[in-house]
Amino acid sequence: MYYSLINNPVKKEYVGLENYRKIMHNTAFRKAAENTAFFSAVSVPLVIILSLGLAMLLEKKIPGRSIFRTFFLCPLMVPTASVVLVWQVLFHSHGTVNQVAEMFGGEPIDWLKSTKGQLVIILMFLWKNTGYSMILFMAALSGIPRDMIEVAELEGAGAWYQFVHIKLRYLSPTILFVLILSLINSFKIFREVYLLTGNYPYDKLYMLQHFMNNTFNKLDYQKLSAAAVLFAAVMIVIMAVLLLLENIFGKDVES
Amino acid sequence: MRFRRNIRTVFVTVFVAIGAVLFLMPTVLTISNSFMASSEISANYGAMYSNMTNTEKTYIAEDVNLKFIPDKVTVDQYRAVLITSSDYLVKFWNSVRLTLPITLFQMLVAVLTSYGFARYPSKLKGIIFFAYIILMIMPYQVTLVPNYLVAKKFGLLNTRSAIILPAIFSPFSIFLLTKIMRRIPVSYVEAAKLDGAGELQILTRIYIPMCRNAIISIGMLVFIDYWNMVEQPLILMASDEAKALHPLSVFLSQINANDVGLAFAVGVVYMIPALLIFLYGEDYLVEGIVCSGGIKG
Repeated sequence: MYYSLINNPVKKEYVGLENYRKIMHNTAFRKAAENTAFFSAVSVPLVIILSLGLAMLLEKKIPGRSIFRTFFLCPLMVPTASVVLVWQVLFHSHGTVNQVAEMFGGEPIDWLKSTKGQLVIILMFLWKNTGYSMILFMAALSGIPRDMIEVAELEGAGAWYQFVHIKLRYLSPTILFVLILSLINSFKIFREVYLLTGNYPYDKLYMLQHFMNNTFNKLDYQKLSAAAVLFAAVMIVIMAVLLLLENIFGKDVES
Repeated sequence: MRFRRNIRTVFVTVFVAIGAVLFLMPTVLTISNSFMASSEISANYGAMYSNMTNTEKTYIAEDVNLKFIPDKVTVDQYRAVLITSSDYLVKFWNSVRLTLPITLFQMLVAVLTSYGFARYPSKLKGIIFFAYIILMIMPYQVTLVPNYLVAKKFGLLNTRSAIILPAIFSPFSIFLLTKIMRRIPVSYVEAAKLDGAGELQILTRIYIPMCRNAIISIGMLVFIDYWNMVEQPLILMASDEAKALHPLSVFLSQINANDVGLAFAVGVVYMIPALLIFLYGEDYLVEGIVCSGGIKG
């Protein structure tokens, strides 16, 4: 924090908000922030929808539930570094996905070096994180009182009505928890991107964390500190909003 | 009615099964490909590197062919990884030497700290706990500069301690464990006190046994998180000598580029500890995850 207010570590002159002004005008920073914000904004809701859907499907009595649970949880424990090669094969310009696309008359794309690169990263993120959230939702679903749903059924509520007015209500604390957790994890995506493409990936994959790592390597502490403080501030604001929302929505279920 | 329900069950099962297979695919592919002879691998995947490195490899296929089942099953890859070249084993051992102390000590610290938070709540501790939550949601890069400077000051740069020491005091496990410990009723503690139990006994006889599953599951999560680490070694062990201490997770991304044949086998070797832990402790893991979400902080 201190470093963000001085001009260089040797002279230590106070420059006020100069560093912040500089970083706001830095194109690399703005690009990185944009990409990260986009990634989190898309992938976090997707994880919630996907894992909630899966949890509701697995809640039904279907054969082999526990095996499916294991399958979905498995990616959580598989080190990213081990499977990164498969991802590279899948999404290479002559790779599998493109071959399938060509079979159906699509255009081949060099996934990792195009604007579609974000899609790959989002897929990887979903692959890794859906299992954990799914378990959370399964637990929360089984915690909903049976009689509530029975009463609703007696009164003629349809499946959709039940879902919106009863289940979502009871799930709201879990949704919040999953939201926070996914948000934390979405900032760890740097690992995957780094393993896939290295320190300087294609534009669209240049995350805030790349920016920070690369500035760090240039020993530009001031810029880095300013970026870090901004980052932290944004996170705190997001957290505050989420906690506020929880206070509004969570109340009537608890009593 | 019953008929319709049956159809629906079948439909849902098939749908879930397809999803599950998709989720399992990357792992299975890595394992099956690791038994492929290296000539076969470069024939099938060589095209991937043609535009990156212009070495005189012979590319048989223009396209990258993803293969499920190798034409010829061999264990040559494994022999190369485990016996012929010591490089991978050394890196593997590096990973172990980083991850094990982190996991063990972090759990120790987490148990003690959470005990303090859960058993003696106070206003000040509430504030500290909130600070923990804030810290927890911060990405690693935010704390990078202070972390680096402290390590530099203590002369720890380019050693294992530079990574291990800060990692031991991670807020994540403390946060989860405190949430779980808070649920232990005070009456248990009071009953134990009446019977003459001291603090240490309360901790070891009541708190730890009651949270055993949670502790194991958090330990598993911590382990996999650090087994996977990439960014810490890149920053804190950046010098050339320290590169020898890098864990396999970082090293893997570097071998992918020039030694495709071995990469799959190395990946599998790297995956084995994590998978074993997962298969052994899946029920603990599920239970721990459930605990972590059930109640609010």
